[in-house]
Amino acid sequence: MSAPTTSTPTTTTSAASFWRITLAQTRAELLMTLRRGESLLVTIFIPTILLIAFASLNITKVGITFLLPGVLALAIMSTGMVSLGIATAYERYYGVLKRLGASPLSRTELILAKSLSVLAVEIGQVIVLTLIGAIFYGWRPSGSFFAFVVILLLGSLAFASLGLLMAGALRAEATLAGANGLLLVLTIFGGSIVPASAWPGWLATIINLLPSAALTDAFYGSLTPSGVSLGSLILLIIWAAIFLGATIYTFKWE
Amino acid sequence: MSSAHTRAESAKTRRNATPPTQASAATKSNDALTASAQGVGVSSVSGAKRGEAAISVSHLVKRYGEHLAVNDLSFEVAPGEIFALLGPNGAGKTTTVEILEGYRKTDRGEARVLGLDPQRDGATLRPQIGVMLQQDGLYPTMRAGEVLALFASYFNDPADPNALMTLVGLEDAAKTRCRQLSGGQKRRLALAVALVGKPRLLFLDEPTTGMDPQARRATWDIIRNLKEQGATILLTTHFMDEAERLADRIAIIDDGQLLALDTPAGLTTSQSTTTTEVRIRAKTPLDASALGRLDAVRNVRAEPSEGYALETGDARALLVELATWARDTHIDLTEIRIGRASLEDVFLRLTGKEMRE
Repeated sequence: MSAPTTSTPTTTTSAASFWRITLAQTRAELLMTLRRGESLLVTIFIPTILLIAFASLNITKVGITFLLPGVLALAIMSTGMVSLGIATAYERYYGVLKRLGASPLSRTELILAKSLSVLAVEIGQVIVLTLIGAIFYGWRPSGSFFAFVVILLLGSLAFASLGLLMAGALRAEATLAGANGLLLVLTIFGGSIVPASAWPGWLATIINLLPSAALTDAFYGSLTPSGVSLGSLILLIIWAAIFLGATIYTFKWE
Repeated sequence: MSSAHTRAESAKTRRNATPPTQASAATKSNDALTASAQGVGVSSVSGAKRGEAAISVSHLVKRYGEHLAVNDLSFEVAPGEIFALLGPNGAGKTTTVEILEGYRKTDRGEARVLGLDPQRDGATLRPQIGVMLQQDGLYPTMRAGEVLALFASYFNDPADPNALMTLVGLEDAAKTRCRQLSGGQKRRLALAVALVGKPRLLFLDEPTTGMDPQARRATWDIIRNLKEQGATILLTTHFMDEAERLADRIAIIDDGQLLALDTPAGLTTSQSTTTTEVRIRAKTPLDASALGRLDAVRNVRAEPSEGYALETGDARALLVELATWARDTHIDLTEIRIGRASLEDVFLRLTGKEMRE
């Protein structure tokens, strides 16, 4: 260490403006997301590979019009629940969240920055997946762009809240295992990739009530002329409210 | 020595002796603040008025279930002062600091920081304080320089991150990921992060733990330098020498209670008026119980290195007894040192505990 001749004046500074802090934090969150190799694997490669595999092999006997909404729902889950949940859990474990609590960065700014970073990754996912669908499998959008954006935001809110719910209540290792495990279960039994109708009736009934099925159904509605069904919209809102409420109630910063 | 009576009594004595010392330390520090404020231009953004305590804690109580972590604790830190909280593990140091930083609510009593309520006025307070927690809280995947730049971006007029990296000796580690930094390097980066907002008040919770001796000394220099520029510093530490060298005043706490509060010299000299420490070593192992039977010996303590420290109220009598005993038992003493109690002796006497348990 050098002799402390460098000036460290103790004049009091004030906090930077809300948007400057939020943008700086968003930049940092994105940078860290891009650096986590395993996070990119789960957010970009797995949905892409699933889309290509299921569309090419036609295992589930549904066309790209049915398959793409499911893969998009899976992409939202991987970014909101898995990637955000695990990253936040480890930030809590390493005491980063606690340290931020004594800085001028407010909770609102931190949560907004995390949301913006999640949305940026999701926009990337949507572009990659829809382009693959359009170029290789002849998918054409025929719904409402506005409805699609609303469902994207609502689905992100629900699954990002679920990720933070785990991150704020469980140990980091438990969040890591739980979020990945849940993604695997929802991929198979969530009514997104494999349609609920492929399972026995009683199981299909349960699956149709899951947030993953609701998001898939709502995406499907927004991307086809049929429009978003009221049932899936309400179900998605209910799940988002439950996860958000539980997160606010249980989240521990330390 | 370890009886509750002795301990309570000495705690009472120390508390009674506190007010005059506190007043004089505060006056001195205020002068220092005024002098340096002209040089650096310390602004007065906060609600704290000149002359008002930088930190004021009165009858603070914090309970975790059945356990009283902080039990009726009161003290004031004057602007421009380095104030050390010294106590064994679980004494309530960190709980107290975390209440002041706004992390925890008090159960009873009041805490004011720069004239503000840390819970209610957190948003106003946070830009004015610098914090070094026990856990460094650095993003493991970010580079050292990136973390500092990120924290700098939270402030309108931050310190220059590059200059800070040089100040803490991390200029060559700026591109290293935080997870690859050594424990001491992380600690130094955490110090730089605490300084980046040019805080007028710093909370340093065990700042030099994990640092090598050279980095510790450099950190002490940085802390002294900050004080010269008018910053107020609340320090918790495990290290006696750290408290003794840095602090204007030291509060010794245990079980959430204040046992003594004075300047380092005040703590050691006031104890020395009644007690002298005589340290002895010999060629052959000494018999502690035989030493304890000498009339003038009040207490015998094995020294960490070797040999014994004898506490006495009458050093002259003890020396005569010791010499007689050594002659009669044919023991060759190799060292006899007479001195006032060190801060560590005072600490052990007050808390009955070793620093590290």
